[in-house]
Amino acid sequence: MTDVPDLECRALSKRFDSFEAVKAISFEVPKGSFFSILGPSGCGKTTLLRMIAGFQAPTSGDLRIKGRSVLDVPPNKRPVSMVFQHLALFPMMNIGANVGFGLRQRGVGKAQIKAQVDRVLERVGLAGVADRSVDSLSGGQKQRVAIARCMVLEPDVLLLDEPLGALDLKLREHMKIELKRLQSEFNTTFVYITHDQSEALVMSDQIAVMNRGVFEQIGTAKELYYEPKTAFVAGFVGEANKYRAKVSRANGKQLELLTEDGIALHGLDAGGGLRPGDAAQVFVRPEAIRLSRRAADTQDLGNASAGVVDSVLFNGANSQLILRDAANGAEISVALPQTGAFRDLNKGDTVYFGWEPEQTRCYRAEG
Amino acid sequence: MSKDGSRLGLILLMAPLLLWLVTLIILPHIGLFVVSLSEKVGVRTYETGFGNYAVFFTEPLYWNTFARTAYMSIMATALTLLIGFPVAYYIAKLTRGRSKTTLFLMCLIPFWVSELVRTFGWMILLRETGVLSSFLQYLGVINGPVEFLYNDFAIMTGLVYTSMLFMVVPLVTTLDSLDDSLIEAGYDLGASSLSILREIIIPHAMPGIVSGCIVVFMLSLGNYLTPILLGGKDSLWFTGLIYSQFITRFNWELGSAFGFLLLGLSSVIVFAALKLTGQSLGKTMGR
Repeated sequence: MTDVPDLECRALSKRFDSFEAVKAISFEVPKGSFFSILGPSGCGKTTLLRMIAGFQAPTSGDLRIKGRSVLDVPPNKRPVSMVFQHLALFPMMNIGANVGFGLRQRGVGKAQIKAQVDRVLERVGLAGVADRSVDSLSGGQKQRVAIARCMVLEPDVLLLDEPLGALDLKLREHMKIELKRLQSEFNTTFVYITHDQSEALVMSDQIAVMNRGVFEQIGTAKELYYEPKTAFVAGFVGEANKYRAKVSRANGKQLELLTEDGIALHGLDAGGGLRPGDAAQVFVRPEAIRLSRRAADTQDLGNASAGVVDSVLFNGANSQLILRDAANGAEISVALPQTGAFRDLNKGDTVYFGWEPEQTRCYRAEG
Repeated sequence: MSKDGSRLGLILLMAPLLLWLVTLIILPHIGLFVVSLSEKVGVRTYETGFGNYAVFFTEPLYWNTFARTAYMSIMATALTLLIGFPVAYYIAKLTRGRSKTTLFLMCLIPFWVSELVRTFGWMILLRETGVLSSFLQYLGVINGPVEFLYNDFAIMTGLVYTSMLFMVVPLVTTLDSLDDSLIEAGYDLGASSLSILREIIIPHAMPGIVSGCIVVFMLSLGNYLTPILLGGKDSLWFTGLIYSQFITRFNWELGSAFGFLLLGLSSVIVFAALKLTGQSLGKTMGR
């Protein structure tokens, strides 16, 4: 019973004329989890979501909800609900009528609708607003009404189509936590699509990174961040310094590379299968780079160099240094440690930096 | 200085509108009103009074003709709405880009020729020796020629045809502004097509429905050409009555009174209809 996933896609594809928007995607979303689909705009994630909701028919493949194929089920009969990008609250109805809309369609009695609407509004923290108009609410409150309107129907799966996109930054940060809390409170499976990696990383149990119609990698936030399997994931999730390089020597997973600027690097063959002479893409996270004022501290790290501070991008906890490598002039960005040890660093100062070969993730260059 | 300048600009902007309103609408109506108040008591002797208005209420023919005209116009409005709504919905929601423009133009094209020509077109179709009669004879449905003109059915057809554009345009505009995701959200929450139409689409389109209905009703009520040409002698249209008072009977006084009664009674009907459906003119025009 427990091992039947709430949502399962099997080789799901969608083709528009000559363009293949979704290419044979297969995945499972276990019961009660928060699953995000993260990808740049135009990667096919909205098409995928609309297929799950039933607004678009897949070209091939199967879609199962709680183990039952729903391909023949029209959207108004599917046990999924959707929170739309612009929420799509009905402006012609008050909040109570909006939330009770789905129950009314099911023919639930008036008194019971009122009781259920009041209960779900209370659960999303909006008790007593049922008689007010939709326009009287703030952006975050509307968001919660939209979720309440779906949750009152107790769907097997709740789909969310970038619902935080229209909110300002502060509110978005707040709603991320709020959404995660609502998800665990209702204990419903959420499928959330977004192009904002921080939304996906903060909230999700599982994230699928989507690009050009395929899932590049499915994993937890930590797996995607520390062990990206493809170059796209490494570049899309988190920040990274990117190099193009040629493999000069390979020893199992250990690589020696030479970048186009002529820097020799020691790296890890994260994608697998790189041989000497192959072109590779190399990613190094700014926060993986260690800084020091003494050359001795960093020279054992495998990749070490000295650099001149080009600029300090101060942004509180997310501050960055742009360094110019003293040897070859290559630019590299380094996260500024928050210990305060480098707070007096200024433009033109020389610092030593280095990082371990395991933090240098190499993938086969495309094309 | 600048305040004077902006005031001058305002006056210049308003001038054509005011000129139009005063010379073409207000002045003629004042004239008509004055004429309608003078009763003919003898040869070239007139008295001021409401006698002409009293005639309307005491003579059943006039009163009945107005009631019939109003009833037919309401029916024509309802029919136009019933036919126009699906057309407008199709144009606004189910077509995109080029085909949308084409369909919209196709609604517009009949209005490039005059109403007279369009009505004659219907006469060619509907008369005894016309297209419809001949076609039915050819099929063997009827034995001899049948006259389809000069009845209420012909008047209704003509009125609906003439009014269609004035219903479709405001409907397309309001339906265009309906966010598709609202309809999808309705389906997603388990609604059937019928309840989406009733609870989401129609409430949203209400301003368009109201303004379209007002325009079509007023146009039908004040239409002269279509009822007279397609309805013939029996058309009994109120504007025909006004025409005959002015032109045939040379009774300008009664004609003017009828004109004012048409204005007043049609306003009362529109007002009552708005009250009955819980709509307000301000809400309709404000959107």
